Amino acid sequence: MSIHVVPLKIYFGVFASLMILTAVTVAVAYRDLGPLNTVVALSIAVTKAALVILYFMHVRYSPSLTKLVVAGSFLWLFILLSITMSDYVSRAW
Amino acid sequence: MSDTHSATHPAHLAHHFDTVEQQRESSSLGMWVFLAQEVMFFGGLFLAYLVYRSSYPVAFTEASHHLDVVLGGTNTVILIASSLTMALAVYCAQTGKKNLLVVFLLATMLLGLAFLGIKAVEYHHKYVDKLIPGMGFSYSGPNAQHAQLFFCLYFAMTGMHALHMVIGIGLLIWLVNDARKGRFTPDYHSHIEIFGLYWHFVDIVWIFLFPLLYLIGLHAPGGGH
Repeated sequence: MSIHVVPLKIYFGVFASLMILTAVTVAVAYRDLGPLNTVVALSIAVTKAALVILYFMHVRYSPSLTKLVVAGSFLWLFILLSITMSDYVSRAW
Repeated sequence: MSDTHSATHPAHLAHHFDTVEQQRESSSLGMWVFLAQEVMFFGGLFLAYLVYRSSYPVAFTEASHHLDVVLGGTNTVILIASSLTMALAVYCAQTGKKNLLVVFLLATMLLGLAFLGIKAVEYHHKYVDKLIPGMGFSYSGPNAQHAQLFFCLYFAMTGMHALHMVIGIGLLIWLVNDARKGRFTPDYHSHIEIFGLYWHFVDIVWIFLFPLLYLIGLHAPGGGH
């Protein structure tokens, strides 16, 4: 029976990374980067979410079937967001 | 059920599973399927936000200035810390540290309550400032109508998130109670593992809510505040 115990070092490392990324996203938000503000904020949020999913939620060490369900849920979210937004963005064209 | 059969099956292994490992992987997979549904549920709210923010960017930037970045940022730190204590609780369940498991579950619960407390303070500020749609909403300037839309989405999204936190804290009370009785062992702790997935998911929702709601207007000058 193999239970994968994630080493404590990884948990604390992920926590530190999440804290640093939170500080960075707040600091960057005060600077005017034009449309890049949103891009940077969302990139940092996606990175933080990926760290939580892979390590806190153990997906990195999970069976392929679990990985498929996780990837599938975000694929469906992507379809929901991208197809709807492509409609709204292109209405004025 | 013959005796020879039950002798090879641990008491906590349900009869429709072959091994403890298969049982554990199945429960995790089931939770992930539930979370996939949650992704779509919150996805609808994020989509509504995206559509209206791209339609009324000026009003949304202006309205977001009425949110308190310090309180929102503090809550972000609190929630990430609660994810760490939850991850440590799972670690303790896996390694059979029963007392520490209770400690970390309680720590997670306290951090969750602190988050809700700060959220309540924020909601109260919005009430005093007349920024709750449907409860005497009053906002001056040309963007009032679209600002109201921002606050509708703010309360819908943070409210649904807070409801998930309340449910999570309710489940934690039950888990702490069972953990104190020593119900969880390295062989059998799926409840802790699965609840951890739920708690981390709620954390991830906030990781997106914080920049989208609180940070979008910071760089723009003159938010009226």
